[in-house]
Amino acid sequence: MCGIAGIKQFDGQPVSRETLERMVVALKHRGPDSNGITLHGSVGLAHTRLSIIDLSGGIQPMSIANGELTVTFNGEIFNYVELRQELMTLGRHFTTTSDTEVLLQAYAEWGEDCVKRFNGQWAFAIWDARQQKLFASRDRLGKRPLFYSVVGKTLLFASEIKAILTHPAVPKAIDPIGLDQVFTFWSALPPRTIFRGIQQLPPSHSLSFEHGKLRVFRYWDLDFSNRFDGVSAGELEDQLLALLTDATRLRLRSDVPVGAYVSGGLDSAITAALAKDLNRERLCTFSVEFENAEFDESHYQQEVVRRLGSEHRSVRCTHDDIGRVFPEVIRHTETAILRTAPAPLFLLSRLVRESGIKVVLTGEGADEAFGGYDVFKEAKLRRFWARQPDSKSRPLLLKRLYPYMKSLQSQPAAYLKAFFQVRPHDLGSPFFSHLPRWDLTSKLKDFFTPEVLAATYDSDPITATADNLPKAFAGWDGFSQAQYLEATGLLPNYLLSSQGDRMTMANSIEGRFPFLDHRLLEFAAQLPPRLKMCGLDEKHILKQATKHLVPESIRQRTKQPYRAPDALSFFDPDAGMARFEYVDALLSPDSIRSAGLFDPDSVSKLVEKARTGAVIGTKDNMALVGILSAQLVVEQFVNGRPVEVPEAVTV
Amino acid sequence: MPTIEADVRQFVEDNFLFGRKGAELKGDESMLDQGLIDSTGVLELVSFIEDKFKVSVADDDLVPDNLDSINRLIAFIELKLEEAK
Repeated sequence: MCGIAGIKQFDGQPVSRETLERMVVALKHRGPDSNGITLHGSVGLAHTRLSIIDLSGGIQPMSIANGELTVTFNGEIFNYVELRQELMTLGRHFTTTSDTEVLLQAYAEWGEDCVKRFNGQWAFAIWDARQQKLFASRDRLGKRPLFYSVVGKTLLFASEIKAILTHPAVPKAIDPIGLDQVFTFWSALPPRTIFRGIQQLPPSHSLSFEHGKLRVFRYWDLDFSNRFDGVSAGELEDQLLALLTDATRLRLRSDVPVGAYVSGGLDSAITAALAKDLNRERLCTFSVEFENAEFDESHYQQEVVRRLGSEHRSVRCTHDDIGRVFPEVIRHTETAILRTAPAPLFLLSRLVRESGIKVVLTGEGADEAFGGYDVFKEAKLRRFWARQPDSKSRPLLLKRLYPYMKSLQSQPAAYLKAFFQVRPHDLGSPFFSHLPRWDLTSKLKDFFTPEVLAATYDSDPITATADNLPKAFAGWDGFSQAQYLEATGLLPNYLLSSQGDRMTMANSIEGRFPFLDHRLLEFAAQLPPRLKMCGLDEKHILKQATKHLVPESIRQRTKQPYRAPDALSFFDPDAGMARFEYVDALLSPDSIRSAGLFDPDSVSKLVEKARTGAVIGTKDNMALVGILSAQLVVEQFVNGRPVEVPEAVTV
Repeated sequence: MPTIEADVRQFVEDNFLFGRKGAELKGDESMLDQGLIDSTGVLELVSFIEDKFKVSVADDDLVPDNLDSINRLIAFIELKLEEAK
């Protein structure tokens, strides 16, 4: 895992080494082990390296064919062993054992289509001197980031926005439409970011720059059009387990030890158990615990660890801990976020780093592949209810969905009805499953200034999304549609980014996700929905297939989404004040006014509510975190002022 | 009783409207339709009524007919105060 950066001058002017050096410095945390810069006239590639495979041979940027092909590469091609073999039978010679060289030789052999053969997680750029072409690509699910910007006659790209912002010609400004998307979907939608003029290459896409033309194109998509026919559930369970085991086996390929996260939920218990079985070494596992019992799952984590017999470490988060690291967390997310959930994961990857481990497996992706999220159940229940809109008992089923939300449990039917009501035109919407969530989040825009509202007036983020759906989407069942929206929306743009790559790489840790092996996702997309959601039993087939791997209590437990305390991490209602100076400073009317994104009076009322402990609902908590994180983005990236938080005093 | 209206308006403006669009919320406008209330919003409203007016709100009272607009809230609180006498 690494950081990559590069520059291409359209006007043929030579690239300056100093400019690339500045970009490298900004990416040091992604690759602390070494770095390199290669200049080829009007092209420059740079790399910061975290050594994981072929510790001595994998130096980058790497060239083959007498320097005609050069690559800077962040990530892993897990099937590089098999590809290397195949390429050798085709007559290609290798001088190292690294996956980087396999990538280059694969491009030399198969051209732009090489990515279709890769099983892995990548963002890379190749300078092809023969064709005078720059070719860049990002993995299918967006596990690794790649941002770019065109200023004047210069194309800049990098793993993180902060590297691009080191270029003096790049504007440092918030894009109101990107911000509007965050306040709808929890993230900006690729190619947009919340920075004006800075794009991200969407997942499953490649980019080529040749003859003065920039071309961005899709090379893969998730397809729910086909179903397994005439195959028994038992057979499908066997296939699932075999695929998942192989996906895990590939992700244990490493020249350094691989650890595993244990959340206390089903998915990470499965990946950790498979890793333990496949690897003879002692497995190191890691967990986040919360002092606040509402969020803590340590009891379940302990059950998983007992079963694994792993060497386990955990970090216990207090409200203060989360608030304290939050400015640094936002320096890494490089976007406003609506929940603090990434912050404990930042503390967790720090613990992993301190334990001497560089690579961790996680359970990310199982909920998307096998329909684990509440949003899938909610959509199913809302459709069921819409068939008998006057039913008194059907809306009460919705309570069963959210046993962990105390406020919902005490709701009378009349209000449940109002919250989850299916409007007649919703049933035909491609976004049926996600409308309640997006509608609720969109309410936060009441805090925007008239200027931001005016700048976004003409763009309806939801309608704009409809244009990007695959042609076949309209023909899929509702469950598959919801799965597609999750796997191509929240997963890459928030979970794998703000909560994934950025939080692990902040501490130079690489995450690997067996459930996000594309073979497994393609397999899961062909399963009948009833095998995924059996009645209201989520991930049914996965639970069946992995019975022998996880404790029964973990299999049977009610699913609890990973969450962290929000407003309470910034305000202490007992003391009636903010926990940190920066919170007061950045939410002050002067700061809010100067940033120009939110209405100062409204924010003051929200702050007052938080100070007295009255921010208890989802909407208010999201508003507070969204506003504070946006202010932190402005302060740290636009104003260029570091936000310092004093270290905790250890008693 | 104008103070009830003033208290209710102030509460709704500070806690649900955050001072924005305050003047726009008409007495009979539905707070649900306006998206001002989420599931905890109902609980916030009930706590406010119980604390401020020292009346108790029964489970059966928790319906939009009683709580969903400023006018309905005022009528409901007046009724509760009357009952408590």
